[in-house]
Amino acid sequence: MRFTKMLCILAVLAWASFHLLAPPVQAQGSAAPDTSGVKIDGEYGPFLPTDISEHGYKIDRVIDIVHVFMAVLFVGWGAFFVYCLVRFRQKPGHQADPHEVKAKVSKWSEIGVAVFEAVLLIGFSMPLWAEVRAEIPADDDPNALHVKVLGEQFAWNFRYAGPDGIFGRSAAKFVKDGTNPMGLDRSDPHGDDDIVSGEFHIPTGKPIVVQLTSKDVIHSFSVPVLRIKQDTIPGMRIPISFTAKKSGVGTYEVACAQLCGNNHYSMRALMYVQSQNDFDAWLIEAGKPPEEFDEDDLD
Amino acid sequence: MSSDHDHEMGFLRKYVFSTDHKVIGIWYALTGLFFLFFGFCLMMIMRWQLAFPLEKVPVIGGLLGSTLANDGVLLPEGYNALGAMHGTIMIFLGVVPIVVGGFGNYVMPLQIGAPDMAFPKLNMFSYWAYFIGGVVMLASFFVPGGPANSGWTSYPPLSNIATTGQTWWLFGMVALITSSLLGSINFIVTIVQLRAEGLTMFRLPFFVWAQFVTAFLLLLAFPPLEAASILQLMDRLAGSSFFMPEGLVVSGEQSAYTGGGNPILWQHLFWFLAHPEVYVLILPGLGMVAEVLANNTRKPLWGYRTMVYALVFLGFMSFIVWAHHMFITGMGVTISAFFATTTMIISVPSVVILTAMIITLYRASIRFTVPMLFVLGFLPMFAIGGLTGLPLGLPAADIPLHDTYYVIAHFHYVVAPGTIFAIFAGLYYWFPKVTGRMMNSGLGKIHFFGSFIGMNIVFGPMFFVGLAGVSRRLFDQTGYAWGDAVQNWTIASSYGAWFLGLAQIPFIINFFMSIRGGAKASDNPWDATTLEWHAPSPPPHGNFATVPVVYRGPYDYSTPGAAADFSPQHAAGTES
Repeated sequence: MRFTKMLCILAVLAWASFHLLAPPVQAQGSAAPDTSGVKIDGEYGPFLPTDISEHGYKIDRVIDIVHVFMAVLFVGWGAFFVYCLVRFRQKPGHQADPHEVKAKVSKWSEIGVAVFEAVLLIGFSMPLWAEVRAEIPADDDPNALHVKVLGEQFAWNFRYAGPDGIFGRSAAKFVKDGTNPMGLDRSDPHGDDDIVSGEFHIPTGKPIVVQLTSKDVIHSFSVPVLRIKQDTIPGMRIPISFTAKKSGVGTYEVACAQLCGNNHYSMRALMYVQSQNDFDAWLIEAGKPPEEFDEDDLD
Repeated sequence: MSSDHDHEMGFLRKYVFSTDHKVIGIWYALTGLFFLFFGFCLMMIMRWQLAFPLEKVPVIGGLLGSTLANDGVLLPEGYNALGAMHGTIMIFLGVVPIVVGGFGNYVMPLQIGAPDMAFPKLNMFSYWAYFIGGVVMLASFFVPGGPANSGWTSYPPLSNIATTGQTWWLFGMVALITSSLLGSINFIVTIVQLRAEGLTMFRLPFFVWAQFVTAFLLLLAFPPLEAASILQLMDRLAGSSFFMPEGLVVSGEQSAYTGGGNPILWQHLFWFLAHPEVYVLILPGLGMVAEVLANNTRKPLWGYRTMVYALVFLGFMSFIVWAHHMFITGMGVTISAFFATTTMIISVPSVVILTAMIITLYRASIRFTVPMLFVLGFLPMFAIGGLTGLPLGLPAADIPLHDTYYVIAHFHYVVAPGTIFAIFAGLYYWFPKVTGRMMNSGLGKIHFFGSFIGMNIVFGPMFFVGLAGVSRRLFDQTGYAWGDAVQNWTIASSYGAWFLGLAQIPFIINFFMSIRGGAKASDNPWDATTLEWHAPSPPPHGNFATVPVVYRGPYDYSTPGAAADFSPQHAAGTES
């Protein structure tokens, strides 16, 4: 066919021009931060990544069911569609039949779709959302680990309560770049042992409560391997909770999922999922006072 | 408005500052097509950076200037600016003006047998308000710091502290919203008041119904965004803090805003517009698809009345689903249950309309004309776009998918191979009415197959990139392990985008060559039934030589016993 031929020519032209435009094969410079020293664990590819959370499999299950449902509908529609295109193409001496097709199939398929969606929504999504959103351990729950997370352009700050288990006061007016990114109030004794880190360390097998907020614009705390994502909104303190599986020990990435400015793409933190013992050891190590202490920050 | 009036008007009054709905419609469509192409070019530059991070942009790299690029290499702020402007331009300056301002303006009055819109001068003002909005948006590329770069959603506080381009964006939006508001009133009044004798509401072509519902969406959804835009302007220019909480520390500096505002308020106001806006993008497209479908299947639309009811219900429901864009803002259990439920409900009328369209093919006599090819491409693509909205509408499933490429793939399947295919179907279908000449069908077929393949190469891989966990609006995804793992899929997407660009060349050639060089078309080249084909091609000022009277429904095709396989609405005889 003539059109097919022209299409082929177009395709060849396209292919040729890509090769003219494409850069020569060489090491590609990347704008991303240098992480060559840190190996990221987990398997990544064109489907959902590794899941190391206790709740994640339920989310994955909903996604799987919905996609099977979508595939069934699409294939059903598609088969009928292709059949019609072949069977009812215009031929000499053939006329369309204008009489309304009495199609019970469509009515039943629509009812089926509605019922299935209701089941997905009421049976799967709502209870799961309630579990993720509402069943959050209280602030004084000793069985949970509480972490305060503060987003800023373009970094994540993580704060742990330290040995006394109580967070010191903090406020925006105390924020000082470099020395006090989370605005700790140095006059509060509870804050003395607080640990502020640019790395996210969590133990496995223990409920973690993350209190999220932001000091400047909206960010979104996204950890794909934990199946969590939550906007951090300045002026609001939003808790989320999750538990990492015992088998999930490793090094992973925390990302920002909401456009937050020029370097949004590199607002990345490393997440160390550790056994309880390793985590405790890290806490002690990180809690040691820094060697140079700035007297000015005391008041 | 007699036709001899034409000769008294000067060139400017007749072709530029015209109040004729057809001239205004053509201006809308041409301006919209220009912006569609422009927005597409912005995207092709972005696709380069995504596929080959930090490589010099070929050919046009030098034109990007020093605010967006550094020696031809796109900067992150340049990428964000192109992203924000791509979204804004495609939606507010491209698709909506074409489907509503262009096709709505040109075709709707003809289809209802009216001589013009109800308020011709208001119509002209709508166009010029749109034009000013477009000029402001284009001019913002040249202000210090470049154009708006906080996404087309412009979430504060980021947008409040952004460079000057954001102020220009807001002024542009105010002009564009004003244009749409005035247009919507005009559409509603015209459809209610100016229908030809005998043209009852249930004899209206589906396209007119789609425009009618769309006009109500524009009328009711746009005012909150106009208000919100002005509030954001106040935040930026007058030091108010509607969207700014207290105690912000930006780049180590205490914020000057007094606080007391809430950034979430903007999101509610914005999405209260922007969700109905999604239906503004798709409903007129569905209308065009319905026209071409009935004409080329040579039979009435299956379940016309049901489709109209579904359309009205869809329009109504689109006002109470907006917060499904905000599940991840920290939404509670009850409120998310409400919005997830309305979201599932709104999928039902969409399924009804799509099913009705596919059943229309049954026992048809399908003509594979170029407009019909685009419609046949539209149906499965729109189905993919619609279906992939389901996991996003379920809050739990939304957690890993929210703000990833999965979302981008989902709504682009609705709008790009969806609405834009409908636009192409409409262009090929009504081109002979507007110009009196046919477009070349050989070039049209190359255009269709090229676009169909291109669209799927661009957007198909994005579903997988999104499942992998790659966020939207990343300047470079390779810094993350999950992004690096699917970089090849992103590169494939980019090749698809450039291929899609090439596939538009036959269309551009065809479009301009056919205006003067196309084969001459009769008044009714497609053997269609609706009233616009009763007018001469091109229709004169005032449209119809005699006021048409309507005797039958819109799609009286293949009636047994009729002389031809179509019975025009204006033809007397057995009523249906």
